Amino acid sequence: MAAAGPSVFLLMVNGQVESAQFPEYDDLYCKYCFVYGQDWAPTALPLASVSRVDGGAGAEEGPWTVTRTEERRQHGDKGLEEGISQITSKSQDVRRALVWNFPIDVTFKSTNPYGWPQIVLSVYGPDVFGNDVVRGYGAVHVPFSPGRHKRTVPMFVPESTSKLQKFTSWFMGRRPEYTDPKVVAQGEGREVTRVRSQGFVTLLFNVVTKDMRKLGYDTGPPDTQGASGPSPPQGLPP
Amino acid sequence: MNPKEEKVKIITEEFIENDEDAGVGRQKKTPKVARQKRKKRLPTTGPEEMVSENPHFNQQEPVQEDSDTRPLSMTSRRGPRSLPPIPSASRTGFAEFSMRERMREKLQAARSKAESTLLQEIPTPRPRRLQSPSEKELETEFGTEADEEVQRTQKEDDSQSYSRVKFCDSVRKIKPKPPVPPGFPSAEEAYNFFTFNFDPEPEESEEKPKAKNRDGTNQEEEEGEEEEPPVQEHKMDEEELLSAKDDEDFLLGLDHAAEDFVVVRPADYESVHVRLQMEKELLFVPSRLTVPTYKKLPENVQPRFLEDEGLYAGARPEVPRACQNIMENRLLTQEPGRKWFGDDGKILALPNPTKGFPSRPPVLTQEQDIKAELETLYKKAVKYVHRSQHMIGSGDPSGNFQLDIDISGLIFTHHPCFSREHVLAAKLAQLYDQHLARQQRNKAKFLTDKLQALRNAVQTELNPAKPHKSLDTTQKAINEYKSEIRQTRKLRDAEQEKDRTLLKTIIKVWKEMKSLREFQRFTNTPLKLVLRKEKVDQKTDEEAYEAEIQAEISELLEELMEEYERKMEGYRAAYQQWKAWKKAQRAKKKKKKQEHPDEEMEEPYPGEEPVKPVPPEPTDRALVEQQVRERAARSRRRPGEPTLVPELSLAGSVTPNEQCPRAEVLRREDVKRRSIYLKVIFNDKEVSRTDSRPLGADFRVHFGQIFNLQIFNWPESLMLQVYETIGHSGTTLLAEVFLPIPETTIVTGRAPIEEVEFSSNQHVTLDHEGVGSGVPFSFEADGSNQLILMTSGKVSNGVAWAIGENGIPLIPPLSQQNIGFRSALKRADAISSIGTSGLTDLKKLAKWAAESKLDPNDPNNAPLMQLISVATSGESYVPDFFRLEQLQQEFNFVSDEELNRSKRFRLLCLRSQEVPEFRNYKQIPAYDREIMEKVFQDYEKRLRDRNVIETKDHIDTHRAIVAKYLQQVRESVINRFLIAKHHFLLSDLIVEEEVPNISILGLSLFKLAEQKRPLRPRRKGRKKVTAQNLSDGDIKVLVNIIRAYDIPVRKPTASKFQQPSRSSRTFSEKRAASPTAHSPTHSADYPLGQVLVRPFVEVSFQRTICHTTTAEGPNPSWNEELELPFRAPNGDYSTTSLQSVRDDVFINIFDEVLNDVLEDDHERGRGIHTHIERHWLGSVKIPFSTIYFQAKIDGTFKIDIPPVLLGYSKERNLMIERSFDSVRSLSEGSYITLFITIEPQLVPGESVREKFDSQEDEKLLQATEKFQTECALKFPHRQCLTTVTDISGKTVFVTRYLKPLNPPRELLDACPSSPQATAELVARYVSLIPFLPDTVSFAGICDMWSTSDQFLDLLAGDEEEHAVLLCNYFLSLGKKAWLMMGSAIPEGPTAYVLTREQSHYLIWNPCTGHFYGQFDTFCPLKSVGCLIGPDNIWFNIQRYDSPLRINFDVTKPKLWKSFFSRSLPYPGLSSVQPEELIYQRTDKAAAAELQDRIEKILKEKIMDWRPRHLTRWNRYCTSALRHFLPVLERSQGEDIEDDHRAELLKQLGDYRFSGFPLHMPYSELKPLTEAVYSTGVHNIDVPNVEFALAVYIHPYPKNVLSVWIYVASLIRNR
Repeated sequence: MAAAGPSVFLLMVNGQVESAQFPEYDDLYCKYCFVYGQDWAPTALPLASVSRVDGGAGAEEGPWTVTRTEERRQHGDKGLEEGISQITSKSQDVRRALVWNFPIDVTFKSTNPYGWPQIVLSVYGPDVFGNDVVRGYGAVHVPFSPGRHKRTVPMFVPESTSKLQKFTSWFMGRRPEYTDPKVVAQGEGREVTRVRSQGFVTLLFNVVTKDMRKLGYDTGPPDTQGASGPSPPQGLPP
Repeated sequence: MNPKEEKVKIITEEFIENDEDAGVGRQKKTPKVARQKRKKRLPTTGPEEMVSENPHFNQQEPVQEDSDTRPLSMTSRRGPRSLPPIPSASRTGFAEFSMRERMREKLQAARSKAESTLLQEIPTPRPRRLQSPSEKELETEFGTEADEEVQRTQKEDDSQSYSRVKFCDSVRKIKPKPPVPPGFPSAEEAYNFFTFNFDPEPEESEEKPKAKNRDGTNQEEEEGEEEEPPVQEHKMDEEELLSAKDDEDFLLGLDHAAEDFVVVRPADYESVHVRLQMEKELLFVPSRLTVPTYKKLPENVQPRFLEDEGLYAGARPEVPRACQNIMENRLLTQEPGRKWFGDDGKILALPNPTKGFPSRPPVLTQEQDIKAELETLYKKAVKYVHRSQHMIGSGDPSGNFQLDIDISGLIFTHHPCFSREHVLAAKLAQLYDQHLARQQRNKAKFLTDKLQALRNAVQTELNPAKPHKSLDTTQKAINEYKSEIRQTRKLRDAEQEKDRTLLKTIIKVWKEMKSLREFQRFTNTPLKLVLRKEKVDQKTDEEAYEAEIQAEISELLEELMEEYERKMEGYRAAYQQWKAWKKAQRAKKKKKKQEHPDEEMEEPYPGEEPVKPVPPEPTDRALVEQQVRERAARSRRRPGEPTLVPELSLAGSVTPNEQCPRAEVLRREDVKRRSIYLKVIFNDKEVSRTDSRPLGADFRVHFGQIFNLQIFNWPESLMLQVYETIGHSGTTLLAEVFLPIPETTIVTGRAPIEEVEFSSNQHVTLDHEGVGSGVPFSFEADGSNQLILMTSGKVSNGVAWAIGENGIPLIPPLSQQNIGFRSALKRADAISSIGTSGLTDLKKLAKWAAESKLDPNDPNNAPLMQLISVATSGESYVPDFFRLEQLQQEFNFVSDEELNRSKRFRLLCLRSQEVPEFRNYKQIPAYDREIMEKVFQDYEKRLRDRNVIETKDHIDTHRAIVAKYLQQVRESVINRFLIAKHHFLLSDLIVEEEVPNISILGLSLFKLAEQKRPLRPRRKGRKKVTAQNLSDGDIKVLVNIIRAYDIPVRKPTASKFQQPSRSSRTFSEKRAASPTAHSPTHSADYPLGQVLVRPFVEVSFQRTICHTTTAEGPNPSWNEELELPFRAPNGDYSTTSLQSVRDDVFINIFDEVLNDVLEDDHERGRGIHTHIERHWLGSVKIPFSTIYFQAKIDGTFKIDIPPVLLGYSKERNLMIERSFDSVRSLSEGSYITLFITIEPQLVPGESVREKFDSQEDEKLLQATEKFQTECALKFPHRQCLTTVTDISGKTVFVTRYLKPLNPPRELLDACPSSPQATAELVARYVSLIPFLPDTVSFAGICDMWSTSDQFLDLLAGDEEEHAVLLCNYFLSLGKKAWLMMGSAIPEGPTAYVLTREQSHYLIWNPCTGHFYGQFDTFCPLKSVGCLIGPDNIWFNIQRYDSPLRINFDVTKPKLWKSFFSRSLPYPGLSSVQPEELIYQRTDKAAAAELQDRIEKILKEKIMDWRPRHLTRWNRYCTSALRHFLPVLERSQGEDIEDDHRAELLKQLGDYRFSGFPLHMPYSELKPLTEAVYSTGVHNIDVPNVEFALAVYIHPYPKNVLSVWIYVASLIRNR
């Protein structure tokens, strides 16, 4: 497939994890990653076309191909698919906002809007004993239409299964966590969990698409209302 | 006289007012007479005494005699209900009687009496007619209203006769006391009593039935008291009576009688015949025979079957035929029996009320059915719409609307408490209202005026003064006018007549009322009618009257004249016709007479002769005038008579209570006690109720309340319930009044007060002046002209929509109303009445209804019929299709075929179905044209091949079938697994610390004190990685090769010709594990310091090859780590995919041989030219799945070394390692120590949490669970197995698999002398069955155990199947054998077989066929979890689990915990294994053919693997090898090496030869080629190399094939 170069459309997302509101906690940092369907791939420009190694190569050159791929992965030529922010403290004004302004910049290519990328956020911070514990998980789809978008994501954490567990987890500093933060972007298996809401994270996206219309997907003109121009960092969800 | 009778007399006096004196007098006399008679008779025992014996007579006779005397009341007569209780007094009175005397007397009496009665009067069993309460119901139900009237009268005198009967009863109860011994009246007495006493009764007035009734009830009450204390009274009253001296002789009589009664008699006995006879007389036994139909029907009536006529007749309830016959016979003997029968001659019956089908869901009995039915279906949550349909739409601004209900009052037009006067008053008021209404309309006046106008019009038309109109039109107009005049006149006359009659009725009612008031001497109602006379001028009135009459007469005359004219016309025409006919007739007659005189008679046709018309009579004026005048007199006011105007006023005064009679006072009090309230019911829910208001004396209740209903639902019904409270007793629902829901235009303020009538069907009978309700009463003295009035009344109310604050009426939108209406329709699913529902095709339904001839009269079908009529009339459009998703069509942007043709769509579908080929397909192209056809090729091929057996890969068909079968089982299991994979547990999603127990807490506390940097760091577990976010190259297999032992060493070429002695190594010696040293002869051959072998290890995995450096010596130490990449199939790193990886890690050991290339000696000094050769020594094969599940493999493995390694020997250097020799010599072969793991560590897939169903006993399953949890608690790492899954997925208890099974006959015959040899042979046979791990085929699910016959049929299985088969063979050989579950290297958890020899235990590896002693250090089994025998399971609870350190004595409960013990004895489980195994002899020819094919294929493969070199085959060598292979098979690859070598050397003396035989079970071709490839024979690239390859297949029974492949390379020596 790499040779023929199938028709794809591109979705470029940049923006930032602006700020958060966690009334109870302070000194938080944030991780983000993307979850996307099988037809999606984070992409970089021309280099991406050589990323795949033909599996049918001779047996003797096996190890070499592996190491080469490995290297490329470490260099991260696919954009920032995931990131971890600095620790921020609450602002001293009345808003008590936690401002990260942590940049997002990633480009996807895809053949199918199914499995549209979602950004998964997880926020961590120290508890009373100084252990790093999770303060919230949340996910939101990358906006469909090109333009500037602001999203406020409600955050939640899984609950302990019992009161005793709650106490011990608090005491031991090991709160219940998702095995993989990516489950918050999926529906499957969520029915076995109970969560509690924690706070909000505000995200800003600038979305650019290419060839969507060519492939027959019309995401429509962006809703320009209120999107252009510098918005206050602490705006409410649109 | 009996004191009781006295009392009765008093009572009778009370209610029989006038004319009973005589009767009472007679009554007084009667007992006396009777007693006197008795006195005389008693000693002689009169025949009537006997009656006392037989109570039936007692009952029967009085009635009969009674009826004789009083035939009038006979029909309504009620028989005595029960036997009067025996008065206790009689006993005390007769205490002194001698029992015997009495008995004797009785017996005599009985005899004589029986005779006499039989002779005198044979009582015909005449059924008494019982008035059953159901009779009334019958009336209503069958509509036989004809005899209603009769019944009513019956009822009436019933109430009279009832009291009478009551009286009789009581009298009879009282009477018998003194005279008759056991307390019953004698026949005579009864006779007298009834005849004398009640003669006058029929004359009793019917005027006071009520009073009598009351007395009757009173008497009943008194009676109850009387019955109880007769004794005391008796004593008390005796004095009175004595003093009265009236009844002296009675007393005397009593005394005498007392003595007389004491008679000694034998016990009563009646012969059976007598009794039967008597019973026959008394009892009526209806016949069981079928009654002929004609008897049941009136004479000359044919039975009529309604059903045959097509009318609906409901199904009759099922009654046995015999019962019906009995009933019919019984009814027929009764008097009006025929009315019980219907037209068809059957007993009338309502339709069977029982339902045809049970409303309770059927109880499921069969388990299999439950499964299907209990299957849970996912249904999307549906909003409950039943109520919300009527809800006002949410889009409306405000959901609450208001309905104002104004209830102003209530007027009863009839009430049970109405007195007669009230009834009249109500009637009067009603009439007056009518009158007023008529007056208001004044129709008569209007019509009169109209008439006048018309007449004038006629006059003007006729007026010649206006000639301008054409005569024609005038005439026409006049005619029209005239006809109209006629019409109007008739109407006017009718109206006037009505007015007049109404007036008359009013006056009549008023008069009645007045007379009633006068009669009852009080007034109840303030109603007063005043007739106002309006004087008229006599003269003008008379003139007008006369004029009117004249006008009418003239008009009538005119009319009549016209009529006459018309008639005359008709007459003339008819007359002409007649005359003509007459003439013709005459002419004819004449003719006829001349020609045929005899035919004369036939000529006149009687029918054709026209009658001579009669001319109409002219009208007589006088007659007309008379008629007119008559009519006028009837309908019109007479001239000069004053006009009467009635005026009803409430001005009259009501008589105060004091002046009223008692009954009236009671009535008024009753009225006062009553109060009324109303409930407002909105949509069947009570929303509010009015205050309770007392009922006024005028039967009006004023409420004046307004209820504001804030409503949310569309009003469906609005109802008022009228409740009446009487005193404090309780409330009764009088009636329900349905109010219409107002139009949306009616709002508060504009709503008129309306009167809604109601009526109730309650029946009330009151004991005062109130007339009651639903009961007949009459105003007439004679009771005629009866009226039945039901409680009725009017509620005046007003319902309107409220107006909101801003003036907007609070009315829900109109559209909602329609929905409500429709839903109401929908709720009554018409089709459900025929048992099905949800039918949608109405046309078909109508057709069906027409075809099946549904009876439209059947009430069951009514809704259906209506539905059909609606549907067929086209009122509602019903589409002839049903659409599940209504909006789907709008989204169908392309037709289905086109969509299915789309490759992209197909790809997407397949991917979402998780079809293996596409499960991880990435980036499905956006366009169809970019999808290549080959994408589907594999998948389609697989689909195609599913049923086609591919014989290319599998050389023999049997194995191909098996492979196919396995493939299918695998697929189904994997599908099940895929489904199960989508079920998540909390632990799958959330990482949570477990609640720490004390030990962990303590440990963690201890950790706090621990040193931060301990000197001896402990190994920490690696972090496990879930497989989902991995990609190619992330996973590596690490193989750490540490060392090897006992590598075969090269044989020096010098010893080429030496014949090794075989004597030192005997068969028995090896097996007996004797530590005798091997022959030391060879040691001399090795010069000291010479390199014996230079081995290195090559690891190949997924065609990736890594190798170690070369070490030296037979016990090399490498200690090297090799890293091999791992690539998952299709790039899918999910757990499932990894589990199904079937690749093996091959660890091959080679000897590196340096050959001097330079042959010339003179060149030797200048340089060294060596050629490196490598010789394969052996291999270890470890499946990846084992590594994956074990996470790490650490241990020493036996190297699989071919039995013959040319050029190598396994002689040990005894000089060096003598000290170890004793230990090592126990085992054969070479060993290698390895450590294998995967980096990063992968989380092994868990077995599916699926509980398989089982046919085991539930108790047993519980016990297994308990056993396992107990074991796991003690030793969590030891394997404990109680239940396994069989091939069909059912849980089976494991011991069922163990059962002695016969091994193949020929194996037993091979060496009958040595049981040990047989055992080995059997083990070898088992090991020749190919190995196929379950975990690979059923990835991550569980072990599936197939039974031994299945195993042999499939010819594939894993350790368990091998072990089970081997164990079963051993059991049949008579060994003590167990299945041993434990873990071994490299297999991990596995199954071995343990056998007990005479003194020691042997551990058998079923997959290799090798066996080990218990204390063998190189035994691959490292731990023992449990032992399984045919009848028990023993879990190892010893401290150690290594077989070296444990005791295998399962009888010791301290060491082995047994499953079945004394508390749970072995229940004797049947085996799942077959009775015996049947072995087919394998076809030798097929084996030979297979052998040739394999050889050919392998040769081709080797040539393929050497693409750059020429491959030469040495035929001579090949044939030599081929001869050698059967020898190897016979000796099982042992101890022939030296012979063989010698032979080879003899034949191929000038070749350097390296080669080895490979031996393996045959499953398919691929493992063979892999094995050959892994040896690397083909890698020799010496130019002049030659190859030899020979294949030998030895067939064993049941198609088990042992394959030998001999590969060799030959290099010609110069």
